[in-house]
Amino acid sequence: MEWETVIGLEIHTQLATRSKIFSGAATAYGAEPNTQACAVDLGLPGVLPVLNGEVVRMAIKFGLAIDAEITPLSVFARKNYFYPDLPKGYQISQFELPIVGKGQVTIELADGSSKVVGVTRAHLEEDAGKSLHEDFHGMTGIDLNRAGTPLLEIVSEPDMRSAQEAVAYMRKIHSIVRYIEISDGNMQEGSFRCDANVSVRPKGQKEFGTRAELKNINSFRFVEKAIELEVERQIDILESGGTVVQETRLYDANRNETRSMRSKEEAMDYRYFPDPDLLPVQVTDEDIEKVRQTLPELPDAKKARFVEDYSLSSEDAGILTASRELSIYFETVVEGCGEAKLAANWVMGELGGYLNRENLDIGNSPVSAEMLAGMLKRISDNTIYGKIAKEVFEAMWKGEGDADAIIDSKGLKQITDSGAIESLIDEVLANNPKQVEEYRGGKEKMLGFFVGQIMKATGGKANPGQVNQILKEKLKGG
Amino acid sequence: MHTKTIAELAAGLRDKAFSSEELTRETLARIRQHNEATNSFITVSDELALAQAREADRKLAAGEAGPLTGIPIAQKDIFCTDGVLTTCGSRMLENFIAPYDATVIRRFGQAGAVMVGKTNMDEFAMGSSNETSYYGPVRNPWDLDSVPGGSSGGSAAAVAALMVPGATGTDTGGSIRQPAALCGITGLKPTYGRVSRYGMIAFASSLDQAGPLARTAEDAALMLNAMAGFDERDSTSIEREVPDYSAELNRDLQGLKIGLPKEYFSEGLDDAVARVIEAAIDEYRKLGAEVVEISLPNSNLAVPVYYVVAPAECSSNLSRFDGVRFGHRCEDPRDLEDLYKRSRGEGFGAEVKRRIMIGTYALSAGYYDAYYLKAQKIRHLISDDFRQAFDKVDVIMGPTSPGTAFKLGEKTDDPITMYLSDIYTIAVNLAGLPGMSVPAGQVNGLPVGLQIIGNYFDESRLLNVAHRFQQVTDHHRQIPSGFA
Repeated sequence: MEWETVIGLEIHTQLATRSKIFSGAATAYGAEPNTQACAVDLGLPGVLPVLNGEVVRMAIKFGLAIDAEITPLSVFARKNYFYPDLPKGYQISQFELPIVGKGQVTIELADGSSKVVGVTRAHLEEDAGKSLHEDFHGMTGIDLNRAGTPLLEIVSEPDMRSAQEAVAYMRKIHSIVRYIEISDGNMQEGSFRCDANVSVRPKGQKEFGTRAELKNINSFRFVEKAIELEVERQIDILESGGTVVQETRLYDANRNETRSMRSKEEAMDYRYFPDPDLLPVQVTDEDIEKVRQTLPELPDAKKARFVEDYSLSSEDAGILTASRELSIYFETVVEGCGEAKLAANWVMGELGGYLNRENLDIGNSPVSAEMLAGMLKRISDNTIYGKIAKEVFEAMWKGEGDADAIIDSKGLKQITDSGAIESLIDEVLANNPKQVEEYRGGKEKMLGFFVGQIMKATGGKANPGQVNQILKEKLKGG
Repeated sequence: MHTKTIAELAAGLRDKAFSSEELTRETLARIRQHNEATNSFITVSDELALAQAREADRKLAAGEAGPLTGIPIAQKDIFCTDGVLTTCGSRMLENFIAPYDATVIRRFGQAGAVMVGKTNMDEFAMGSSNETSYYGPVRNPWDLDSVPGGSSGGSAAAVAALMVPGATGTDTGGSIRQPAALCGITGLKPTYGRVSRYGMIAFASSLDQAGPLARTAEDAALMLNAMAGFDERDSTSIEREVPDYSAELNRDLQGLKIGLPKEYFSEGLDDAVARVIEAAIDEYRKLGAEVVEISLPNSNLAVPVYYVVAPAECSSNLSRFDGVRFGHRCEDPRDLEDLYKRSRGEGFGAEVKRRIMIGTYALSAGYYDAYYLKAQKIRHLISDDFRQAFDKVDVIMGPTSPGTAFKLGEKTDDPITMYLSDIYTIAVNLAGLPGMSVPAGQVNGLPVGLQIIGNYFDESRLLNVAHRFQQVTDHHRQIPSGFA
């Protein structure tokens, strides 16, 4: 039987506010345990939450970025359950009336086509603290620094049909939240993580199959792996005549397996009800307009513009706009050197390769956009050409200065004096009469041999175009 | 000195007839003398009180004093007090020394008041008789075998026994007004949002409101002046100017329109109590008020609605008492579940557990719509009843409680009867309106309270209406024998 996979994602993205969602405590990552938790975060008797207005603006910004409805009156609700790192015994979240309603994003698929994925809703909530089970000799340590950190939970429709689509969607959301600067999207620090609802059904069937929820996956690679494993597991069950049970499962990256956390029967009744300590969040059209003014150019629009303005292929434009930082870098390079194609090739090619190899973000590149532009200008004006440029780039990467300084100090300037090139060619031809004969006898491949000889003699600095031209004339003329 | 009101004591302090330190020492002595009989205090904060008194004396000498500077006040043990035990009447917080001051405490501090101690209360403010306190029941100064009402029973008894001139209370379903009525003193529950709830341990967040308990409306006004006002730490507190509640006390009542809800004078009301209330209404007629009958048709739904909403909120509010970070923790927990079960099982008393269970049930999947959601809808209907009534009248009057103080133990086995003792007060909380109770007379030597309900933010009018009554009556001046 042919099976179809159905996937919906719930993405938790940490909002980049300085203070927490309901208290004035700081949100910085990595502080000593429990040093960034105030009375409100600790859930001391008598304390009350006060909403941080910045998170509302950020949620609206996200809503606008995915073309969603913004709820004029959204409500915070309490999600009740006991856990040691949940200080109040309930999490303040949004339930029936989330701040962001239906929206959508477009993802690009491997075959070059695109697909619209629906976003059901996005709601604000507070994060819990952390339970640390190691190093406490049979006890559990509680760190409440993270308690009260603002999260935006983005819930998709079950629109994705493969692990790859799920990853493309997650990357798209990741790109958007970073573009609009509401989250640093740092996955190692848990600022961007997701739960995946996965089910399979016979191809053509309308009803969804029974789903499993895969909890807390914090990398693109793991999302793909976890979903693939889960799909395989469910198909195995169904094909051997079993039934999939609705349950929550955990993906273990070390063992590369998913395992059951709790079944539907054990599922908790969270007893949601509106939090009486907080007023409904009122958002006016004026508020929305104010936020709209702060919205930057979004990835899809920027990609279209890159194709239009720089004559890039859709694929290249997609790569260059995947992150806001990269797109800004690229445009800075274009501005500096004036040649979009050349800039695109170098940013995606040489620079991309170096960044990958050293696992660096564009923000940490030792070669700034200005430096790269400076070097590309020297290619354009024929001071250097491709092969030498790679050498210059490597030197810039190593911190040896900007392109002009490196070209100067290493004497990498191209030889463009045709007199000098001519005499070099004469010398080479004189020293290789046999090869000259062969060429003249119709073996035109020999041209490459002569070019190589000349480049060798000049340390690669001779202008290849010039060399070719003069060489051909000389060989013809002889 | 102990028979003096806050206004009289403030005058004495200003005139240097006595110092705050002298007044505070005498107050502390009187608490020591009578607390054994009434069990009004859980904590007496001698040292802190004397330090605050000396600071008040310095301010008095420097001419920086306000009306409450140097006045001894007792605080209900529901308010967090920095460095002072804050139990909320529960074993759960037997060891809890709050690391911060509630906004109400801070405001009294800024006003220069002296905190002499923390008063006994029903556990987590859940009760109408002060019998659910882990620290033992409070006894009514008018009859030591009777209850003082609850949940602010310790505060009411402390004022009635002349141990302090004023005390704070909180009122979720009548917890200021009912004990004020049963102890023969004056109590005011302000409009929801008028006084900050920050640092006040939550019972039912959408209903809880703090207010003063004193002997006179004049004193209640002085206390409310200090307590009321917006607090950025409480999102439900209201940003609205606070009037001087003392300014309108003497306004003429000629033409005042009083509404008497017929539902408050029907079955369940003690006949003798009804006669006392009717006599009080006659006093108002003499003062020039016009009395009309009104109807609050959904009154009979107030108690059932309350016993869905309040327990639902409390079941969530009390989840934080889990033995993990503060409060009672069981000995040697085997595992996490054992820690939760035993810490909460040992830390909470029977009434608190009952309400947590009722509330948990009401919020459960499959029951939420039938209970919680429906209760919220009826709550709107109850508010609408009042809104319509206030189109016709200025204030609403009736009994605060259907009877006088009952005997200790009389209703403890019958929660429904106990809950019905708040039948006239609960609707006011559901609607968020301000309400007062003032002494209106006695039945068999036990005080009866007249309830005055006002429109939103009409505390000034309530205090004015109560004050004029107290100028022509002496019910509020009665002192229980043995406490003179």
